[in-house]
Amino acid sequence: MLVDSPSEQRAETAPAPPTRRAVRAFGLLVSVAVLVLVALASIAIGAKGLSPEQVWHGLFQDTGTYGDVVVDERLSRTVLGLLAGAALGLSGAVLQALTRNPLADPGLLGINAGASAAVVTAITYFGVTSLSGYVWFAFVGAAAVGALVWFLGGSRGATPVRLALAGTAISAALYGYLQAVMITDDAALGRMRFWTVGSLASATDSTILQVLPFLAAGTLLALGLARPLNAVAMGDDTAKALGADLNRTRALSMLAATVLCGAATAACGPIAFVGLMVPHIVRSFTGPDLRWILPYATILSPVLLLGADVIGRIVARPSELQVGVITALIGGPVFIFLVRRRRTAQL
Amino acid sequence: MKTTRVLRTPGGLSLRLDVRAVTVVVLLLLAALAASVVLIGTGDFPIPAGDVVRTLLGDGNAGQEFIIRELRLPRVLVGLLVGASLGLGGALFQAVTRNPLGSPDVLGLGQGATAGALTMIVLFSGSAAQVTLGALVGGLVTGLAIYLLAWKRGVHGYRLVLVGIGVSAVVTAVNGYLLTISDLVDAARAVVWMTGSLNGRDWDQVWPLLALCAVLVPLVLANARGLRMMEMGDDVSNALGVRVERVRALLMVAAVLLVATATAAAGPVGFVALTAPQLARRLTRSPGPNLLPSLCMGASLLVTADWASQRLFGADQLPVGVVTGVLGGVYLLWLLVTERKAGRI
Repeated sequence: MLVDSPSEQRAETAPAPPTRRAVRAFGLLVSVAVLVLVALASIAIGAKGLSPEQVWHGLFQDTGTYGDVVVDERLSRTVLGLLAGAALGLSGAVLQALTRNPLADPGLLGINAGASAAVVTAITYFGVTSLSGYVWFAFVGAAAVGALVWFLGGSRGATPVRLALAGTAISAALYGYLQAVMITDDAALGRMRFWTVGSLASATDSTILQVLPFLAAGTLLALGLARPLNAVAMGDDTAKALGADLNRTRALSMLAATVLCGAATAACGPIAFVGLMVPHIVRSFTGPDLRWILPYATILSPVLLLGADVIGRIVARPSELQVGVITALIGGPVFIFLVRRRRTAQL
Repeated sequence: MKTTRVLRTPGGLSLRLDVRAVTVVVLLLLAALAASVVLIGTGDFPIPAGDVVRTLLGDGNAGQEFIIRELRLPRVLVGLLVGASLGLGGALFQAVTRNPLGSPDVLGLGQGATAGALTMIVLFSGSAAQVTLGALVGGLVTGLAIYLLAWKRGVHGYRLVLVGIGVSAVVTAVNGYLLTISDLVDAARAVVWMTGSLNGRDWDQVWPLLALCAVLVPLVLANARGLRMMEMGDDVSNALGVRVERVRALLMVAAVLLVATATAAAGPVGFVALTAPQLARRLTRSPGPNLLPSLCMGASLLVTADWASQRLFGADQLPVGVVTGVLGGVYLLWLLVTERKAGRI
């Protein structure tokens, strides 16, 4: 586990040294403010830029002008980004705590790929076309890979390296399967190649409504697990001695991570690295207490995802780069930086 | 049964032979040759095995001679050479990373080559030769990038693995993006390439592969002693007089070259580099990198898989990569479960 580093941020956010808790609560408020700003930027910025007045008009006095229609379009995209970002960040934080593995991420552990493979199977072979239909397949796929990863991670010699490697190998096999499907079916290729990158562009109100119950349930469940996961982080023996029900915590954590990641993947396609980066950033100023990490991750992950989405719309104007590409371009170097920074003993 | 014998020459030279490993190599070579003969005979115009051998030895009839010499022999040779390169490259990677999963297709070399090929297909609508060149450059650049990013007062196996995973994820995203901006025809061509196929390979692909293998295989085998020591850890092998970083750099360059060239010739055929060394190791039951058995295993695996894909799906319907991908995926699962029990994953 990472060691609590009393960081500079604390000194910056408060002039006099008040209690830690107050500073962290204040930081949470600041994060919410940042999130609102990014969400507004996500509505305003795009192929057609909107002025703040137009955004305001579209949000609160919708009369059907051109600007209002654009706001409507971008609003569903932004809301989906908020939900999916929170889900990915939370599931990453839960997985990192559960496997005691600083490199755990739904993308790196292959859980996204499991959901993707199941969704593609549902669409191609079972003729499922609605999101509310294939979200269940996504859960099954995510759960299957999650169970496999947990099974591997539970073994004695499971180091982060080995776990990440197993996840990557599983992803490679599943992507091979996706390719085989796409070769045999040009229509599937036409649809899948957009979905497998991970994008918010296809978001509609119905997408959001269909995944919202799952994401809400998963988020509540994950946030409620902070306390028992804190105990798990101290090692199995200590956790038992502290009275934590290990098996229940593990099962519930896997359930939460699977539901969050499966629903997010079903809605936007596989998006990697959000669940890896945000918990690391958060931990650097909250320390190892999951009661703070989880809420912070819930709020800051959408900041990253929406930010990446906005960047994707700016750099490739008038077209756009999918958000999954941007998160990988940012996350890959961060991941390599984390790997290089750590000493051998910690991995 | 004693499994090792020592050959001694009068001049004082001696050579230690692992009888089981030698037997495995011979059997695998025979299997590869047999599979090649069968594969040459398979297609829209089937040729009996006896005729194939006769034609290869130089006295068949003119019609069969053309089909075999110009159409099917180069394809089989490319298959053999690609399989051998992937098997050897995979064995080197697994030995350097000291992990059965540390194979080049997991660590992003295949993805890097794909990125190069996709760039050519999607952005430039390139010819087959340009795609091959793009894949080669992509694979080499990715290999170099992984090595340099993993360098920090030496390259450790674990850092190489993790950096490879990171690079692989980034390049995969770029590949996905390239697929979305292409038109559907280019995308279909790209996906076939990404799966790995031996269809339509001719002598132009054979010669560079053969030349590279002729240089690299002896070079690698000559340095295998050091690799065997390095399996015990860097400190021990340093103490035993192995120049660890030098041997590792040399072997990594060789492995990257082998894998990149093989991928450029046939596309990233999935999981041959992962499974061949593992299967070879189980057959020889010998520790150490098992380089030569892995090489032979890779060759016979790929040719057999190509034959299976032609028999199962009809001639040139599905590329060989689908078969190796499915079989490799199943084997990977099995490997994960058993290696976990042994505590190696």
